[in-house]
Amino acid sequence: MKARWFQTAMLGVLTVAVAGCPNGNKTGDSKSVELLNVSYDPTRELWRDLNKAFVADYRKKAGIAVAIKQSHGGSGSQARAVIDGLDADVVTLALFSDTDALRDKGLLPVKWDERLPNRSLPYLSTIVFVVRKGNPKKIGDWSDLVKDGVDVISPNPKTSGNGKLSFLAAWGSVRKAGGSDAEAEEFVRKLYGHVKVLDTGARGSTVTFAQRQIGDVHLTWENEAFLEIEESKGTLEIVYPKSSILAEPHVAVVDGNVDRKKTREAAEAYLNFLYTDEGQEIIAKHYYRPSKTEIEKKHRDKFQPIDLFPITTVGGGWAESQKRFFAEGGVFDRIYSKKQ
Amino acid sequence: METRFAPPPKKERAMAASGATLESPKPVDPAAPNAPAAVGKLRRGQQDPTWVRTTLILLAVAFMGILVVLPVVNVFVQAFANGPEAYWRYLTQDPETRHAVMLTLFIAPAAVAMNTVFGVAAAWAIARFEFRGRTLLITLIDLPFSVSPVVAGLAFVLWFGMQGFLGPQLREWDIKILFSWPAILLATSFVTFPFVARELIPLLEEIGPDEELAAVTLGAKPWQIFWYVTLPNIKWGLLYGIILCNARAMGEFGAVYVVSGRIAGQTDTMPLRIDKLFQEYNSPASFAVASVLTLLALVTLAVKTYLERKVIESAETKKEAV
Repeated sequence: MKARWFQTAMLGVLTVAVAGCPNGNKTGDSKSVELLNVSYDPTRELWRDLNKAFVADYRKKAGIAVAIKQSHGGSGSQARAVIDGLDADVVTLALFSDTDALRDKGLLPVKWDERLPNRSLPYLSTIVFVVRKGNPKKIGDWSDLVKDGVDVISPNPKTSGNGKLSFLAAWGSVRKAGGSDAEAEEFVRKLYGHVKVLDTGARGSTVTFAQRQIGDVHLTWENEAFLEIEESKGTLEIVYPKSSILAEPHVAVVDGNVDRKKTREAAEAYLNFLYTDEGQEIIAKHYYRPSKTEIEKKHRDKFQPIDLFPITTVGGGWAESQKRFFAEGGVFDRIYSKKQ
Repeated sequence: METRFAPPPKKERAMAASGATLESPKPVDPAAPNAPAAVGKLRRGQQDPTWVRTTLILLAVAFMGILVVLPVVNVFVQAFANGPEAYWRYLTQDPETRHAVMLTLFIAPAAVAMNTVFGVAAAWAIARFEFRGRTLLITLIDLPFSVSPVVAGLAFVLWFGMQGFLGPQLREWDIKILFSWPAILLATSFVTFPFVARELIPLLEEIGPDEELAAVTLGAKPWQIFWYVTLPNIKWGLLYGIILCNARAMGEFGAVYVVSGRIAGQTDTMPLRIDKLFQEYNSPASFAVASVLTLLALVTLAVKTYLERKVIESAETKKEAV
């Protein structure tokens, strides 16, 4: 039979496929633990360094070998994945409202943000501008973004923390200057008329602006801006607007998951490590503004002073703003659907 | 240039036949002394002026070059930007990349194996039997072609997720499907499901049930019929379907992106890893992994071309034998 080899091969393929199934449950010794950190887009480099430091620290202090896995993506979609069952031990998302969505589904207790120092904020950040070398479009402040012929790049406020913060910062810049809500909406409507590409996450926008060379100005995280400029080798520069929003990327241990996985101890130690001097130094090194005053003072020269307004300037708190601006049928939907 | 995209053998021969009638020089005996001149005249009469032909050919070549050849070459150029040593290091030294390669090398064959079993069964049922719901089954097999992979992924999330139908129960039983390899396997299998079945249905229909019926009259058991009669007849078509299925399975991005949870070193497949490396400003490493995927695609293409010929050949010898 000529086809015998073929039949053997088919059986072989089946056997390999069945035998090759990776066994899911790892029952290692009790002295090792694995944590999953679900984070937003531009924090990859930060967490790589922080994880390395924490793993060494925890082994020394507690004698436990911890392995940390990372998942990155748009802040909103990451929150959604955790709600859908992604086994995050800790979430380190861009926005209060994204983390707070987990509370809605019973994964976090009420007042979860009061469990860690400084309202669960190991670092702060803001939204700044990145422009092409020499700032050819003369962009200096928010109002310059809606000048004729200026193309703006910022991710989608629906899925990305960076996108939401850009929106809120633009809105707040009008309110801060004494403008009304109606004037703010008019400005933001014009601004999104200038947005060329709406990526789903912060990193996607960076690639669009820096590598694909689309747009004149990129509204992005301060830390992402520094990284982008380092990578560009002198073809991009940073511009600080007069004022911008105070971004508050909260961190939290996901109670629903750590209790089931029995990883609470390590997860809490992990987040507390962020507040140590060592953790805060790493945070500053990656251009996030440390929340510990001594460390922040030490790095003053790095972070240009800028008038950072809290979310209350925009109106209400994080949760309220999320509902008002970005929920289905909210202000952003109204603005963006009218544009088309 | 011939661009065949997996047409069933029946059409293939019909095309060849119609091609023969269009190509006028064929009937003329090339050995006859006057033939070349006559052929030349005939040809010139049928053809457009030289400049039209040249422009069209150049346009086609430029188009192919810019859209296909250059990007593929560029992948390799970028991958080797820091020399072959760095290239090797990118592929082997990063544990997350290594894991992604291993995961893809497991997921793709497993998905192919599943689809081979289901595909053969479905094609057999459809080609050999008339039953209620047959048309529906054919439509369902084609469904993954028309559904966007991202939507397919979201469907799995809605089904297996904690907010979904099965999620809470599965968690109680401590079974992990979503954001783990089973979901990646399911999503990949879903997206690549039509390849094997679609390839086999027309083939089985053309071969017809005669040989199998003969085997029945000779007292063969069902499994014997399958192993000794049906399978040898469809082997080339089946391999062809498997190869296409495998190519698609290795490259699947959208559906896997949604169901994987994007955990580095755990649920990242090769395409996801490429995307991640690129976004981490690590272009050379990203292109290095991309080059491996491209290389696999090129090998697939070569095997596919070889098999295509085999499929036609075996179908023709069959016909001659009859």
